[in-house]
Amino acid sequence: MNTLAIARIHRAAPLIGLLVVVVFIVLIEFLIRIGIVNRFIVPPPSEIIGSFKRVIVEEDIIHRFFVTATECLTAGVMLTVFGVAGGVLLHRFKLLQQATETWIAAMASAPTVLMYPLFLVIFGRSAWTMIMMGFVAALPPVILKTLEGLSSTRRVLIDVGRSFNLTPTQQFWKILFPAAMPTIFVGIRLGLIFALINIVGVEFLINFGGLGALINDLAERYDLAGTYASICFVILVSVLFFMGLEKVERWLRPFE
Amino acid sequence: MPISPSTADRAAPSRRTADAILTVGNIDMRFETPDGTLVAVDDVSFTVAPGEFLSVIGPSGCGKSTLFNVIGGLLGGYQGRVTVAGETITGPHASIGMVFQEESTFPWRTVTDNVAFPLELIGMPKQKRIERARHFIRLVGLDGFENRYPGELSGGMRQRVSLARTLASEPKILLMDEPFAALDEQTRLLLGDKVLQIQQDLKQTTLLITHNITEAVQMSDRILVMTYRPGKVKRIVDIDLPRPRTSEIVGSEAFGRYVAQIWADLREEASRGMQDDESRALHPGGARP
Repeated sequence: MNTLAIARIHRAAPLIGLLVVVVFIVLIEFLIRIGIVNRFIVPPPSEIIGSFKRVIVEEDIIHRFFVTATECLTAGVMLTVFGVAGGVLLHRFKLLQQATETWIAAMASAPTVLMYPLFLVIFGRSAWTMIMMGFVAALPPVILKTLEGLSSTRRVLIDVGRSFNLTPTQQFWKILFPAAMPTIFVGIRLGLIFALINIVGVEFLINFGGLGALINDLAERYDLAGTYASICFVILVSVLFFMGLEKVERWLRPFE
Repeated sequence: MPISPSTADRAAPSRRTADAILTVGNIDMRFETPDGTLVAVDDVSFTVAPGEFLSVIGPSGCGKSTLFNVIGGLLGGYQGRVTVAGETITGPHASIGMVFQEESTFPWRTVTDNVAFPLELIGMPKQKRIERARHFIRLVGLDGFENRYPGELSGGMRQRVSLARTLASEPKILLMDEPFAALDEQTRLLLGDKVLQIQQDLKQTTLLITHNITEAVQMSDRILVMTYRPGKVKRIVDIDLPRPRTSEIVGSEAFGRYVAQIWADLREEASRGMQDDESRALHPGGARP
């Protein structure tokens, strides 16, 4: 494929993506209007769009958006620091790795959100409950992906380091860590998804905090359009985080 | 002028020992495998004089790469001694620069940063190391690609980056393990020219591990032929071809005679290797006929 064709695909891809979303919305609107989809279960997209102004003005959604975003950011920073450090420790100490890797993998697939009563007891009805729930749920993929990245560093790169007589610290910072970066970023991305799901989920369950609590409020008032509008804001949090992460990744890895 | 191939006997290295920069003495390397002890390298001795280009050639499985790792200090647990300018090697040594068979550039560093890597390790100031790196980039013919990442370069160009990075550390001995193995024949010949030119310009002592006869004859002053398992020195051949050389020498009559002579030595070993592989494929894990 020539460069021109690749450039054309790069330009067309976001437009096609947007078009798919628009077609989907129009289709749902159409199915609701002709009665195939029940409007008391799924409100028409036009009503959802119409309720944006109301939820912004009346429900203070901007403030709630920032509450959820701050919780996600805090959990994201914590899981990056502790998750990467955990992966490094497991890579460094093989005994620790062999003793705990299976448990950590099991934790990654466990429904940790069900532990929210315990977290409520420990941290009270505060933002820390959400942050810690997000953190605990998102930690395993970051640890495992960091470990995978470090373990799968190509042997020849390690040998290059050895041939230049690198100290273990130099070997880590100059070869192992940069080589593992792409996989670590995959882990952080996965972790952020887990964190966001758990944070909004717990906000919803305990009816406290940002967007999750608002969704709970609106659902209990049977304000379906408002509920779906709030869900759109949750998606916005996710989009913003991924865009931010992509920027950081591009800055750290300009060669990709 | 026809040049006749000359063959040195196994005593030849001893004549060079006095002025040798690299001495490999009675190297014996064994590995424990499920089928028993595997003798990878058996009593291998040779020397390399300053500025000399020596190639080690042998069939797959003759212990060439084991020898590369032993001389480079990456592999321990062997018997014998490797010395550089009289100093015994016990691990990776600053005097030995290694170029690996596999692509080994750092994808997260630009060409300049890759080449400047060893200079960064010795704490050379940034501006100075960039200047030094650019010198070696020019030497391998990659000017204009200084700010590119390895992912933007071809396989041959990446191998040149690896070579420049090793040369930047200014090693006394350049140790290369089949650096062109993954490249096509034309690129291999052209890169061979480049390495020859650099080796001749810098008077760089070079030890090349290869299984490619053409490559070995094109570049070497001497070729050490190894036997198939256990890897022993079968013969050391002096390559009496004029220098400076380029790949054009490949078409000469004398070149052809050297290739034929080394192939005659290698053929028997390569056949043994092939038979051994077939036998193992037929009787996996069992007793060999």
